[in-house]
Amino acid sequence: MTGSPITRKPAVSGRTTAPVALCLFLALCAASLSVGVADLSLEEQGASLDTVLISRLPRTLAAVLVGAGLAIAGLIMQTLARNRFVDPGIGGTEQSAALGVLLATVLWPAAPILGKMMVATLTALIGTAVFLLLVRRLPPTQPYLMPLFGLIYGGVITAGVTFIAWQMDFLQYLDIWMNGDFSGILRGRYEILWATAALVALAWWLADALTIVTLGKDASIGLGLDYERMMRIGLFIVAVLSALTVVVVGMIPFVGLIVPNLVSRLRGDNLRGTLPWVALGGAALTVGCDLIGRLLRYPFEIPIGTILGVVGAACFLWFLTGRHARG
Amino acid sequence: MAERRLWIAAALALLSVAAFLTWGLRGNLAFVLELRAVKLLALVQVAVAIAVATVLLQTISGNRILTPSIMGLDALYLLGQTLLVFALGGLGFAGLDPRVRFAGALLTMIGIAVAVFLPLLRARRSLYLMLLTGALLGILFRSLASLVARLVDPNDFAVLQGVSYANFGTVRGDLLAFGLVLTAACAVLAWRQRHVLDVMALGPEAAIGLGIDWGRAVTGLLVLVIVLVAVSTALVGPVVFLGLLVVALAERLTGTQRHAVLLPASACIAVAVLAGGQTILQHGFGGAATLGVIVEFVGGLVFLILLASGHKR
Repeated sequence: MTGSPITRKPAVSGRTTAPVALCLFLALCAASLSVGVADLSLEEQGASLDTVLISRLPRTLAAVLVGAGLAIAGLIMQTLARNRFVDPGIGGTEQSAALGVLLATVLWPAAPILGKMMVATLTALIGTAVFLLLVRRLPPTQPYLMPLFGLIYGGVITAGVTFIAWQMDFLQYLDIWMNGDFSGILRGRYEILWATAALVALAWWLADALTIVTLGKDASIGLGLDYERMMRIGLFIVAVLSALTVVVVGMIPFVGLIVPNLVSRLRGDNLRGTLPWVALGGAALTVGCDLIGRLLRYPFEIPIGTILGVVGAACFLWFLTGRHARG
Repeated sequence: MAERRLWIAAALALLSVAAFLTWGLRGNLAFVLELRAVKLLALVQVAVAIAVATVLLQTISGNRILTPSIMGLDALYLLGQTLLVFALGGLGFAGLDPRVRFAGALLTMIGIAVAVFLPLLRARRSLYLMLLTGALLGILFRSLASLVARLVDPNDFAVLQGVSYANFGTVRGDLLAFGLVLTAACAVLAWRQRHVLDVMALGPEAAIGLGIDWGRAVTGLLVLVIVLVAVSTALVGPVVFLGLLVVALAERLTGTQRHAVLLPASACIAVAVLAGGQTILQHGFGGAATLGVIVEFVGGLVFLILLASGHKR
């Protein structure tokens, strides 16, 4: 593995695996719909329909949208940074978005969710742009330096956020944004997440241009691509996707890292072909981890941020130590 | 020269200790002084523990931007403690003497650390790969600790939630005397090894050539580091970048890497930073509880600058 991308051919044919993967994903969603404290079979039909429509379906949809969005955000971020080991949680994007939500809450407590969302997007844009500018100076021969830099960069922003929260007596709220959790999702509280679908579609539309960006600045310009403009669009998509996640459910680590890496191993690096897989994989991972969090200590819940902290860190370590590490 | 600079560090430490004890003294003198002395004792102990642990870890790993917390050692202490709660059950755990609890968590921690970190330190792979692996292990341990805490009692996970940053304002007192003995013992052991450490700083090949049993020495020192980290984590919570900050400062100030100077200089500067910082925040800004966050913020920035400038001696 080096700083520059390695273009791989698909190791698995899509024709056989696609239906299987789709069935697995739908089964996960069905399981997510059926798990909960309220027993659907015991209630009257109207009541159980309400349970599904008001609580279970929104929760599952939110997990699908957030997961797909984060995975795509991770993929785009890896494209922009030209390093496989970054994602919105590692490059400070989610932490900056949390800073934005905190600032919006402190300065404008009555802000509607859209207002908070805009402030969070703005800070996420700034935080990620600064990260990308800083890592351009790092030596490209050291692929592990960038994620390390990103982790500490995120940590510094988190320290800043904690400091502000401490001064403003907001420390108790902080955990809501810093540790993602789907338990608060009900009908009427997640609809803004549908914007994720539009952004994923935009990424799909731009897939070929993004694939060219992975070749680097000179090659992109040589191929007739407006490189800086693509960087700006990519940055915008990453920031909005991360801000949406942090505002609605809170920070969720590692989805944007695990899924693109796994998909790249199985399906290669032509984004036109892999992008749907990344979105589907992210959705499945998020729904699955949310399900695990609900089942581990049933009927209590463990936030998905905690579950993915364990799963994600373990996967990342595996990527680093496994035979695959060299690509 | 280096020795004379060491006296500057010592003077700084004494000055901040004096300021900590006497600034804004009023009311019942005996009571206030006793309160402050106890706090000061804890701060000094934490400062010495972190400084010595960082110097030892940096020497055995052969790089100067490592701290025990970047390698996830403090998270390991939390994990050890939660695993103990998990094994004994909440009530059994609460019934134990705090010192027995501490010893149990310490043993769990040493077990896991020797199994996980020794191969990592032995391999001496690329610096950045090792740092990244350590940072990820830290995230893994921290998430595992919080996961296990929720499994034990979903309603009572506040124990762990509250300790993501060091709090120097309120020190947990029940372990003070016990920790003092441990810290002093470890510091003395490290001091007696100062010449061995000088040789080990040359790298494994040179050190083995000069007659050092590398494997045994690294294992022994790693255990020292773990005990020191456990003591400081138990007293104030996790401190990530303080060690990095004070050792880098001590090196700049004394201009030497000889451990006979570096160890006491780092300890003195750590005392100066903690006692001085706490005094200034307490009396200047009235927000003493945030020293941990400020140290994290500044230390993190220093770490980023060191990384970006390719500093890797």
